[in-house]
Amino acid sequence: MTLLDALLRCVAVLAVFLVFPLVIGQTEHKVMAHMQGRLGPMYAGGFHGWAQLVADGVKFAQKEDVVPAEADRRVFQLAPAVALLPYLVVLIAIPVGPHGLVGQAVDAGLFFVLAVMGVGVLGSLMAGWASANKFSLLGGIRTAAQLMSYELPMLLAAASVAMAAGTLSLSGIVDAFHWWWVPWQVVGGFVFFTAGLAELQRPPFDMPVADSEIIFGAYTEYTGLRFALFLLSEYAGILVLCALTTVLFLGGWHGPFSDGLGWLWTLLKTFALAFVVIWLRVTYPRLREDQLMRFAWTVLIPLSLAQLALTGVVKVVIS
Amino acid sequence: MTAPVLGPGLAAGPLAAGSLSSQGHSFLSPTGVEIVFVLVGLAVLGAAVLSVTTRQLVHAALWLVVALGGLAVEFLLLTAEFIAWVQVLIYIGSVVVLVLFGLMLTRAPIGRSPDADSRNRPVALGTAAAAAATLVTLVVDAFRTTWVDLDAGTGSARATGSSLFRHWVLPFEALSVLLLAALVGAIVLSRRDGDRTPPRPPRPRPGRAVSAARRTPAAPVAPTATPAAPGTSANPATNPATPPQER
Repeated sequence: MTLLDALLRCVAVLAVFLVFPLVIGQTEHKVMAHMQGRLGPMYAGGFHGWAQLVADGVKFAQKEDVVPAEADRRVFQLAPAVALLPYLVVLIAIPVGPHGLVGQAVDAGLFFVLAVMGVGVLGSLMAGWASANKFSLLGGIRTAAQLMSYELPMLLAAASVAMAAGTLSLSGIVDAFHWWWVPWQVVGGFVFFTAGLAELQRPPFDMPVADSEIIFGAYTEYTGLRFALFLLSEYAGILVLCALTTVLFLGGWHGPFSDGLGWLWTLLKTFALAFVVIWLRVTYPRLREDQLMRFAWTVLIPLSLAQLALTGVVKVVIS
Repeated sequence: MTAPVLGPGLAAGPLAAGSLSSQGHSFLSPTGVEIVFVLVGLAVLGAAVLSVTTRQLVHAALWLVVALGGLAVEFLLLTAEFIAWVQVLIYIGSVVVLVLFGLMLTRAPIGRSPDADSRNRPVALGTAAAAAATLVTLVVDAFRTTWVDLDAGTGSARATGSSLFRHWVLPFEALSVLLLAALVGAIVLSRRDGDRTPPRPPRPRPGRAVSAARRTPAAPVAPTATPAAPGTSANPATNPATPPQER
């Protein structure tokens, strides 16, 4: 790989990182609006308010960047970067199409992706602690509790796919995919997607940011651009989670004409999953904290263990 | 500190035994990777020293993140890719988050907390120095001028897995038994004495959730904070003695 090639791949990943979360955000605006019987943004940019998020970005950039006097200044300012950057790094390793259409193929890609995604949560923790605000601290505590409960089923579900494929490389997993993996791994897919939603603190698992009770949790004290970075990290997280679920459980680029249009299949599946994420937000009420914990420990973990056992049995039988 | 121990140790396993040699290499003309290795090592050392000397509790945990992350980079430079990601996943993603969680639940004041220091500093310093001296002596004595050729793939998931499950199965299983013992121990510790029936937290209803939380003595968070507190007792490792500090 030459230097130019590497540079080109980095720029492409950066472009995806900057554009796709905005697309998902705009889709969320419009889809939520239509599901609730309203129009959503209609003015910014002219055509169906397509530039709404650009306008939001400009607005955020103009706002004053406030750091509370009691806050731990450096940690407070560093937190948004810690929350956002891991998702950018993760995008590098996610394969989009066959024949090496990936930022950088990582040998233990599955581990890489899950490990780096886990780092992002540190940003919320730092923000929650450094804000010197009791609501923020509560949000931070809830974030940590939620992460620790949901990390385990997520890892177990991912391990099931790795067992099925016999490799940890994301491209290798997609290469080994057959259509009958979908029914075989469907429980694992459900667990992975749900636990991922919880890790992103998306509704119905948004107890840590619950705006109507602890006023956005860890992000209460943030204004302007730093708050926008936290929002961006949420949408980047949706993108990463959906792309990962696509790659692991839905066969990535497999589909008709996958040789030429493989990347299109990946994108289609990813955005279909992103639509499901938005749909869930509009449909389900927020789970209470104890319901959250009970769901993780009594439903998701047994399910993922059962999936692991099933994967092992089938793998031994067919090999 | 474990990087130089584990790195050559793995590579020197039976799989890569052929790549050990002591000829034709000089330590005096380092390659770029070696220079980076030393620099990252210095950064790790600095972060580790800061994490034990800082007087701000949460900062100590955050410096620990830097130190552990730097260690992961060292593993990467030693081509132990799999172990590097496991390091990030387990230590940064779980252990430090657990530490931060514990700190936030009990006491995490912003600013200095001088009462967190004990007078054991000299003893701790002595112990750390002795442990470091022992390890460094061991490694230096074991490898001397041995040169380990680190080809790409020496530390890949496949190589690590096969050496782990072919040659190191017994230690692996012994470790898993140890972890199981720790798990059982945590459950035993978190059970309250005198409870005949296993404690099943009352299911709080939205209407009387606050009063239900007040009646439960082991509610992890102050009652007004979260009405759903009893449910969090599913996590046995977090049984705080003190409520979060008011600021």
